[in-house]
Amino acid sequence: MTRKQKRLSVIVAGLAFLGAATGLTFYALGQKASYFYMPGDLATATVQPGQRIRLGGLVERGTIERGQGATVAFSVTDKQKSVKVTYTGILPDLFREEQGVITEGSFGPDGVFVADSVLAKHDERYMPKEVADGLKAKGVWQESKSE
Amino acid sequence: MVETGHFALVLAFALSLVQMLVPLYGARAGNQKMMAVGGPVAVTGFALTALSFAALAIAYASSDFSVASVWENSHSLQPLIYKITGTWGNHEGSMLLWVLILTFFGALVAAFGSNLPATLKANVLAVQGAIGAAFFLFILATSNPFTRLNPAPIEGRDLNPVLQDLGLAIHPPLLYLGYVGFSICFSFSVAALIEGRIDASWARWVRPWTLVAWMFLTGGIAMGSYWAYYELGWGGFWFWDPVENASFMPWLAGTALLHSAIVMEKRSALKIWTLLLAILTFSLSLLGTFLVRSGVLTSVHAFATDPTRGVFILCILTLFIGGSLALFALRASRLTAGGLFHPISREGALVLNNLFLTTATATVLVGTLYPLALEAVTGGKISVGAPFFDLTFGPLMLPLLAIVPFGPLLAWKRGDVFAAAQRLMAAFAAALAAMLVTVLFVDGASVFAALGVGLAVWLVCGALTDLAVKSGFGSVTPAIMLRRFAGLPRSVFGTALAHLGLGLTLLGIVGTLSFGTEKILSMHAGETVELSGNTLRFEGLYPALGPNYSEDRGRFVVIGADGNAKGEISSAKRFFPVRQTTTTESGIRTIGFSQLYLSLGDEGNDGSVVVRLWWKPLVTLIWGGALVMMAGAAMSLMDRRLRVGAPSRRKKLVPSASLS
Repeated sequence: MTRKQKRLSVIVAGLAFLGAATGLTFYALGQKASYFYMPGDLATATVQPGQRIRLGGLVERGTIERGQGATVAFSVTDKQKSVKVTYTGILPDLFREEQGVITEGSFGPDGVFVADSVLAKHDERYMPKEVADGLKAKGVWQESKSE
Repeated sequence: MVETGHFALVLAFALSLVQMLVPLYGARAGNQKMMAVGGPVAVTGFALTALSFAALAIAYASSDFSVASVWENSHSLQPLIYKITGTWGNHEGSMLLWVLILTFFGALVAAFGSNLPATLKANVLAVQGAIGAAFFLFILATSNPFTRLNPAPIEGRDLNPVLQDLGLAIHPPLLYLGYVGFSICFSFSVAALIEGRIDASWARWVRPWTLVAWMFLTGGIAMGSYWAYYELGWGGFWFWDPVENASFMPWLAGTALLHSAIVMEKRSALKIWTLLLAILTFSLSLLGTFLVRSGVLTSVHAFATDPTRGVFILCILTLFIGGSLALFALRASRLTAGGLFHPISREGALVLNNLFLTTATATVLVGTLYPLALEAVTGGKISVGAPFFDLTFGPLMLPLLAIVPFGPLLAWKRGDVFAAAQRLMAAFAAALAAMLVTVLFVDGASVFAALGVGLAVWLVCGALTDLAVKSGFGSVTPAIMLRRFAGLPRSVFGTALAHLGLGLTLLGIVGTLSFGTEKILSMHAGETVELSGNTLRFEGLYPALGPNYSEDRGRFVVIGADGNAKGEISSAKRFFPVRQTTTTESGIRTIGFSQLYLSLGDEGNDGSVVVRLWWKPLVTLIWGGALVMMAGAAMSLMDRRLRVGAPSRRKKLVPSASLS
């Protein structure tokens, strides 16, 4: 091979490598990213049972039920609709009624959302950003909640 | 004192403007006096910034609530140590720490750069001054830590309880030393572009700075990971959180830079690429600062969300990244290309390393920014987490790790893969044996787990092989071998240690992820639980009072095989009344390299309490490996070749000769 051919083959190999990486990245973005919804959004969106999503909203007052062992059930609401969520594990320290929460998991066939992780605020001053934005968009945001 | 600090900060800003303009003009006009201004100004600027930082620290230590930042992030009942670390546990203070470290590095160049060509030194200090000026202005305009409150409140609002921890005392300074350390590489690159000239002495200067920055960044990331592990009570060591990625991207790019700088120094090849990489690495540091400080992300790091701050940092980001890349586009063609080499050679291996590392950086960048971009464009909200990175970052890392041991064994210019492979036979056999043992003797081991263990052993043994081969193992008598071993350049030890540390970290990750076990259950006092051969008895909850919190401490006794107590683990729920916040203090017991980890959940009505238990095999190796990597970098820094300052001091008459 001449030097030119050599250089060309190196460049082609490099580009093929980058191409493969780019392809993989976009495939992974399509498959592995989980979308954020609030309960009210679910009527219009088509979310299959088993599809991984993040569901956010406020923990509805009076819905927290402790079941067997470490299983907890509660409802997440955006003041328009609410969705029942079950979770087995330790709830975050800042998990309370009427507080913003993001749960990640998927719907079971019975329409109950089975969460494998529950995130609450990191700090009592802040609401998870997605939840705050969503509530503002729905016009049910109360400014006092942010403090 | 507060006003002194404020005034010093304003003066430091003014000096940074001087540092930016005067030496730059001097270098263009060939004016020696103007070029010489840079050094003293940089040192004075650092002294003023340090004074300003000390003033803020004193305000925090003495709980001076007339300062807004102290009022918002401190409390008079906090232990003194957390009062002091609270100085940088908030937005304003942490930005002040950022510029303090920036000016510190500028002062180091001024102090040790006596043997640098005068114009290069002037330009480097000017660029460093420009970065400083931008961030001083940012602090003074949008995040002034010295803003007063009138009337002064009597009591503060307390530091976020999860930040009241020793890990936080160390994590940000280490991380910033790393982030900001890359600013020196950036300044050198831009200075080289301004001059239109780059030579081997440039690489000799840039490499130690890269090593220093990389060493601290490694420590900062490891410390942050360990802090998240024990403080958040989730038992995870890495969450692919955007904020973590923000520090991981400069690390990946910096690792690539570290390797390409070797090629440039030894073989004066890859000049333009190294220069670009230096610019990109610091750009990623700036991007990280933007992501963390602007409030576009919600996380424990985003202390405050003020849109003007975000816009301001975005402007700084655009100015520096855009400006330096434009300069690169204009000037790069002027730089001469370097030496040629065969694809199979040390250079070739290092190029491959760079290809993998930069591509991996790009995937992390896409995964971090795509959700932000999507939200800005369509309003859709997605989260990109571990599943995405497992699929993209993972496949890129596996082949890279597999070829790591070959690199140091290949010769420069033209290498021999087969000779290298022969020398690595022992390491390969060890890796294979480790895989077999994993598959045959460890219950529930998957193929991936075995592969991971094998890869880790391969890395560790590969690093040891490198040292053995270079000290002449097998061809000389043990006595000579020992002497050769002791006489090896420090940088060889550095390489071996860094690669060995990487193997240890990988072993820790694979061990924890593949062989870890977990149990969640609700327990009454007196009940016992068994997890992976460890038996624990729950003794009960004991209330206690801390300086600024009250806690319920759950005590557990570890019971040995003979039925006697071997030790105690306790985990607590702490309640901080000022912020009305509860935190979980996890309980950890280290057994060998593994850890037993437990955290408390809610109390049930019947007096039971939810307990989450983890057995984390080899988990400490994750951070231990990082420490070994840091030791490698430190070792490499001690290499005679890289000691730029000390040995050549006396030869001031021929400054450039001592470098080439």
